[in-house]
Amino acid sequence: MRRDIFQAIADPTRRAILVLIAVQAMTPNTIAEHFDITRQSISKHLRILSECDLLAQKQEGREIFYELKIDKMKEIDVWLDQFRKIMEERFQQLDQILFTIKNKKK
Amino acid sequence: MNLLFDFTVDKATNTIYITREFAADLDLVWDAFTKAEILDQWTAPKPYRVRTKEMDFREGGRWLYTMVSQENENPSRYSLVDFIEIHPKTDFSTRNCFADENGIQNGNAFSLVKNSFKPGPEITTVHIEKKFDDLATLEMMVKLGYIEGVAAGLNNLDEYFRTLVTSK
Repeated sequence: MRRDIFQAIADPTRRAILVLIAVQAMTPNTIAEHFDITRQSISKHLRILSECDLLAQKQEGREIFYELKIDKMKEIDVWLDQFRKIMEERFQQLDQILFTIKNKKK
Repeated sequence: MNLLFDFTVDKATNTIYITREFAADLDLVWDAFTKAEILDQWTAPKPYRVRTKEMDFREGGRWLYTMVSQENENPSRYSLVDFIEIHPKTDFSTRNCFADENGIQNGNAFSLVKNSFKPGPEITTVHIEKKFDDLATLEMMVKLGYIEGVAAGLNNLDEYFRTLVTSK
């Protein structure tokens, strides 16, 4: 299945995975060690990232390493969209703060 | 309540336009954008939080802050916001860049931001205009700001930045 690249960065865990493997190629196990979630959900995230064509796989011995297709991530639209998402999340946090402050005043 | 969020980019002028409605009155929304004690609560992506080092909201004043997490309580990268022009409860303009802990700018990249506030009966509308010197600057700021926030504490982060610089 072919997915939209924006799906890849829509999820905070997938964004964190992208940052991790941008630094160096990693096996799924090494990636999973960085998170408090099941190995199974890491696999799911990796599958989605693969379907978004963001991951390159390379075999070393018995292990598979995932690395980031950095060219793909260099597309400016990706960064624009990422920025949009950052802003969106910030404003949602602000909505909650405003709500809390308003309730305190009542 | 369904609150408007509009995000458009004009690549020809390297400008991003954001419009967002908030379910609060002008006084409160203005405070949320201009007072450190409220800004600290919403401007960082969770689980990170903003720690303000300096805040002096007046023309010529500045806001110096960093993003901290449990893993990294003392990050070396700070963000600097210089307040250029302020029209209370109407709009304010800033110049934003990365800096060190003393507010000395890092690199050459910066953006110019104008935040405008429009009161309504139940909602306040905020317009944000963010102009970059070029879109590559935006890419860099998102990359650095985002990676700083998400991956603070990764030991080899500096190495990653170095690879990015040399690969260009």
